Amino acid sequence: MLSFISKRLLVALLVCLTVSALSFGLMFVSGDPAIAIAGSGGRAEDAEAIRQAYGFDRPLIVQYLDWIGSALTGNLGQSIYFNVPVTEIIGNRAGVTLTLGFISFLVALVIAVPLGVAAALRPNGWIDRIALVIAVSGQAIPSFWLGLMAIVVFGVWYGWVPISGADTWQGYILPVIVLSYYAIPELMRITRSGMIDVLATDYVRAARAKGLPMHLVISRHALRNAVLPLVSLAAVQLGQLLSGSIVIESVFALNGLGRLAWESLLRSDLPVVQAIILILSLLYVVLTTLADILNAVLDPRLRGGS
Amino acid sequence: MTEMMLDIRNLKVSIPTERGTLNAVRGVDLQIARGETLCLVGESGCGKSLTATSIMGLLPRYARVTTDRFDMAGQDLTGKTAAKLAKLRGRDVAMIFQDPTSALNPTLTIGRQLTEGVMRHEKLSRSAAEARAIEMLDRVGIANPAARLTQYPHGFSGGQRQRIMIASALMGRPKLLIADEPTTALDVTIQAQILTLLGELQADLGLSLLLITHDLGVVAAIATDVAVMYAGRIAERAPARDLFAAPQHPYTKGLLAAIPVPGVTPRGSALPAIPGRVPGLIGTMQGCAFRDRCAIAAPECANDPVPRIEAGQGRFVECTKAEVTA
Ligand SMILES: Nc1ncnc2c1ncn2[C@@H]1O[C@H](COP(=O)(O)OP(=O)(O)OP(=O)(O)O)[C@@H](O)[C@H]1O
Ligand SMILES: [Mg+2]
Repeated sequence: MLSFISKRLLVALLVCLTVSALSFGLMFVSGDPAIAIAGSGGRAEDAEAIRQAYGFDRPLIVQYLDWIGSALTGNLGQSIYFNVPVTEIIGNRAGVTLTLGFISFLVALVIAVPLGVAAALRPNGWIDRIALVIAVSGQAIPSFWLGLMAIVVFGVWYGWVPISGADTWQGYILPVIVLSYYAIPELMRITRSGMIDVLATDYVRAARAKGLPMHLVISRHALRNAVLPLVSLAAVQLGQLLSGSIVIESVFALNGLGRLAWESLLRSDLPVVQAIILILSLLYVVLTTLADILNAVLDPRLRGGS
Repeated sequence: MTEMMLDIRNLKVSIPTERGTLNAVRGVDLQIARGETLCLVGESGCGKSLTATSIMGLLPRYARVTTDRFDMAGQDLTGKTAAKLAKLRGRDVAMIFQDPTSALNPTLTIGRQLTEGVMRHEKLSRSAAEARAIEMLDRVGIANPAARLTQYPHGFSGGQRQRIMIASALMGRPKLLIADEPTTALDVTIQAQILTLLGELQADLGLSLLLITHDLGVVAAIATDVAVMYAGRIAERAPARDLFAAPQHPYTKGLLAAIPVPGVTPRGSALPAIPGRVPGLIGTMQGCAFRDRCAIAAPECANDPVPRIEAGQGRFVECTKAEVTA
C-alpha cells in the first residue's frame, strides 16, 4: 500500500510539473504578451517598456523557473488590470465557488448514490423510473433556464430565497439545487450500472447463500465493489464543481472563480487567467490522485502485492 | 423410514424471455436421505443449476418457481415465503456454486468472508469464528491457515479458492450441501483431491450432498443415488450401483455407453456425446423430450404424460418403452 501511494504521488508530481509548464506556456500562445497587455493599437515603446517591466525579455526557461519559484512561495504575480497580487483577487473570489461546489457535490452524492442503489435493486421498478426521469431531465434542461426559472418561481413569486448574491446562506439554496441537479444524473447512472453488475456477481449470490440479510449483502459485499467506478467519476465532478460555473455564477450573480476567469479573459488579465488555470489543474491532479488512493483502499487488487 | 434432508416434488422453474416462456425445469422430484449423496447428471443446459439454485431460493427475481412439496432439513417449506427459506441458508443448507473463482468477494479478506455467516447465525465471537475457519481451512488442505485469514482472494490459486469455497460452505455445519460442478474449473489432479475431500467430509460430518457433475467417474466413486436429468425432467433415478449395472432409460444407456467398467473409469471423463440436439424448452412440450434422439422411439412416445415406471426402492424411469427388470 505504501509503495502504491508513493508511486502514485510521484506520478502526480510529474503531472503537476507538466501542468505548470503548460499553464506557463499559455501566456505565450496568443502571441507576444507585452503586445497583448499594451493593446494591439499600442506603441512599440510601450510594448518594450512592458516587456522589460514584466521580464518578458529574459530567456523562457528563466522566466518559467522564476514563475514556478514564486508560485511555490505563494506568489502568483500581479494582476495587470487591478495591479494587486493575483492571490488576493483569487482569495476574494474562491470562497463562494468552493462553498457552492462542495455543498452541491455533497447534495448530489447524497441523492444520487442511494437513488442509484435503489434503482439497481429493482430495475424497471418505480424508483428506477423516477430516477430515469430525473436523470434525463437533468441532462436535457439547460442550466441557465433552470436557474432562471428557479429564481422566478422561488425568488420572485414566492420570495422564499434571495434572487441574487450569496450574502446570506439562503442565497446558496437555488444555486446548489441547480448545480447538484446537473451532477446527479451521471453519478446516479454509474452507481446504478455498477450496482446492477455487482448484484449479478457470483460473490453476491454466495453472500446471500451464507444467509446474510440483504442489507448486509448490499452494504458489505455489493456497494464497496460498485462504488469503485463512482469514485473516479466523483473526483472529476468535484473538480468541475469546484472550478466554478460561469453560467450559474452569472445567473445567480455570485462573484466566484468562474466569473473571475471569464472577466479576466475579457480584460486580458493574463496573470489571473494563468493562475486560475494552474490552480484548477493542480486541483484535478490532487482529486484524481486521492480518488486512486481511495480506490486502492477499497480494492486490494489495485494495491499491487498482497 | 430414513430421515429426508431434501424432499422436493414437481419443481418447476420458468423464466420469461423475449422468445416466450422458457420452461427450464419441468417437474423435478428429488429426495436425499440423511448422510446420502445424490448425483445429478445431464447435458449442459438441461436445468441442473437452475434446480439447485431454486432449492436455495437464489434465482433472479424474474424466475418463477413452483413446487407441490418442499421439505428441507426438517422444515416444511411448501408454499412458504422466501423469508422462511432464507432462514435456512448458511445454517442448515449451504451451496457451492458452479464457478469457484468468482464466488469470493475480491475486496474482503478470506477470514472475513469465512466468519461473517457464523458470527451472525451462531453469535460466535470473532476469535471463535476464526478458530472454526482455521479448522475448516485446514480440513480442506489450505496450508498455514491462520496466516492466510488476512489475505484477499487474489492471493490464492483457482484450486485454493475452490477449497476456500468448500470451507466457507461448511462453516455453518450444514445438514445439506449442494455442490454445483464444484470441480469443473480445476485441473484433473485437483479435481480428484477436492472430490475425495468432499466424500470424506460428507462421511465425517454426516451431511447430505446434492452433487451436480458432468463426470461419471465421480458419480461412480461417491454417489449413493443418481438422478439423470434431461430437458428439465428427471429421466431416470436409481441407486448408483443399480444405475451403472442396468440403466433403463435410453438416454442413460447412451450416457453410460462410453464407460465399460463402473468405478474403474478414470475421473475427468466427460459425458459422452449422443447424436442429435436437446429440444428447445420454450413453451409447452408434448410427450418424451428425448424421442427425437432415441433409437427405440415409437409413436406412443409422443403421448402425454410419459409414464413413470417405479422399479423398487428409490428407482424410477420415465420411458414408455423401458422394460424394467426390478
Ligand atoms: N437467468 C437466466 N435467464 C434465462 N435463461 C436462463 C437463465 N439461467 C439459465 N437459463 C437457461 O435455462 C436452461 C438451464 O440452465 P442451467 O444453468 O440450469 O443448465 P445446467 O444444466 O446447469 O447446464 P451446465 O451443465 O452447462 O451448467 C439453459 O437453457 C439456460 O440457457
Ligand atoms: Mg450448471
